[in-house]
Amino acid sequence: MTRAVGALLRKELALERRTFQVVPAMALFSLTTLIVFHFALQQDDVEGRLAAGVLTVTLLFSAILGINRLFVADHEEGGFDGFLLAPVDRTAMLVAKALALAGYLLVLEVVAVPAFGLMLLEPALTGGAVLKTVVVLGLADAGIAIVGTLVGAIAIQTRALDLIVPLVGLPLLLPVVIGTAKALAPVFAASGAEALPAKWLVILGLYDLVFGLLSYAVFDYLLED
Amino acid sequence: MHAARLRTLSILTVVVLIAGYSLAAFSAPMDADQGFMQKIFYLHVPMAIVALCGFVFGGIFAIAHLRTEDPTWDLRSYVAIHIALILGVGVLITGAIWAKASWGHWWVWDEPTLVSFLIIFLLYATYTPLRFSIEDRERQARYASVFAVTAGAFVPLNFVAVRSATSLVHPRTFDSADNLPGAMRSAFLVCLLGMALLFVTLWKLEMTHKHTTAQLRALKRKLGGEDGGRPRRSAAPELRVG
Repeated sequence: MTRAVGALLRKELALERRTFQVVPAMALFSLTTLIVFHFALQQDDVEGRLAAGVLTVTLLFSAILGINRLFVADHEEGGFDGFLLAPVDRTAMLVAKALALAGYLLVLEVVAVPAFGLMLLEPALTGGAVLKTVVVLGLADAGIAIVGTLVGAIAIQTRALDLIVPLVGLPLLLPVVIGTAKALAPVFAASGAEALPAKWLVILGLYDLVFGLLSYAVFDYLLED
Repeated sequence: MHAARLRTLSILTVVVLIAGYSLAAFSAPMDADQGFMQKIFYLHVPMAIVALCGFVFGGIFAIAHLRTEDPTWDLRSYVAIHIALILGVGVLITGAIWAKASWGHWWVWDEPTLVSFLIIFLLYATYTPLRFSIEDRERQARYASVFAVTAGAFVPLNFVAVRSATSLVHPRTFDSADNLPGAMRSAFLVCLLGMALLFVTLWKLEMTHKHTTAQLRALKRKLGGEDGGRPRRSAAPELRVG
């Protein structure tokens, strides 16, 4: 299982390194979204709840782009058939894809969070605030990666891939949005970063756990052919 | 699935519903705070409970479908979600009317039950488009079941998240059926039973309809009629009989 996941993950990352199809698009889109927010809200800087919301929405929408592309190569180039012929556990694909998506999100955040800090956030990001942001976004990434992989795998077999991903994915990810925005709001407070609300970290963790187990249970059925 | 049993069930449903709403209208006391508007409670809350149960049952039937690969389970799941969605529209409309009457706004964000219900409704509203956009029948059934299972598990989790996100400025109207006065409570329970029976009746009716259509198609096929396996794009599961 570990070897299969490792091999699939290497394939995923090698593909992305050679084609640069997903991550640059996500990063670019997140920067554009920040600019859109600047003009739409007509604010030069944001703090607290508004800041948390702007960052959450930016990351979520950029993540949707990544989810849209996640299975395209496997679908078009016969990657699914190749994988199904290999005598490995099918869950390996779920794990590898979710890890790859989490990796993309991580790279996205390395670009988007500093950009957000420079362009829009009013209280400058201190070391403590960065650390707290990393904790919250780590939990959020896990949820987005798991649900994103599941939704991406469902949507790739439909005739309306780009429609189904946001339509199904956004409602499913709303608890993540609520949790991330609520947990980040005190971190971006104008008076300096406050303590992380433990309740929201627990809810995010619970969400990751439930959907992790659920995806593990149902993912096999999406590959059977 | 027999017409006679369906008729008994329909009559029973009508009787219980009439009894429930008569109790609600005449026997249950007028709410001291909200007056007559509070009566919508006997329609709104049972409908919401039955709709949510319908979604969860859709998920449970979907698990059975994934385990057995029997298309009848897929049909059961589809019909349950379908009817729950229709009830969901009613829930949102009656909820908005009640909110307008008691709080003065058509929509209130700090009423967690209303907000969670909207999110769940929007999620399930994608069920039919999802089915419709997968052409292969077998795959359509399998993917729809995966969706139904996922969404079924999402229902309680979403309630937890939305409820904790809300600062409860408005008092919860009713936390449970226990804090209702006796006459209100019995009226509410009869209405709930009536709504549940309505759901079951509609569910059975649609199941019977789908079965009959499948049988009719099979007979036509046997006669060598024009309705031989003509592929028809549809979101509804197809049964093969005979």
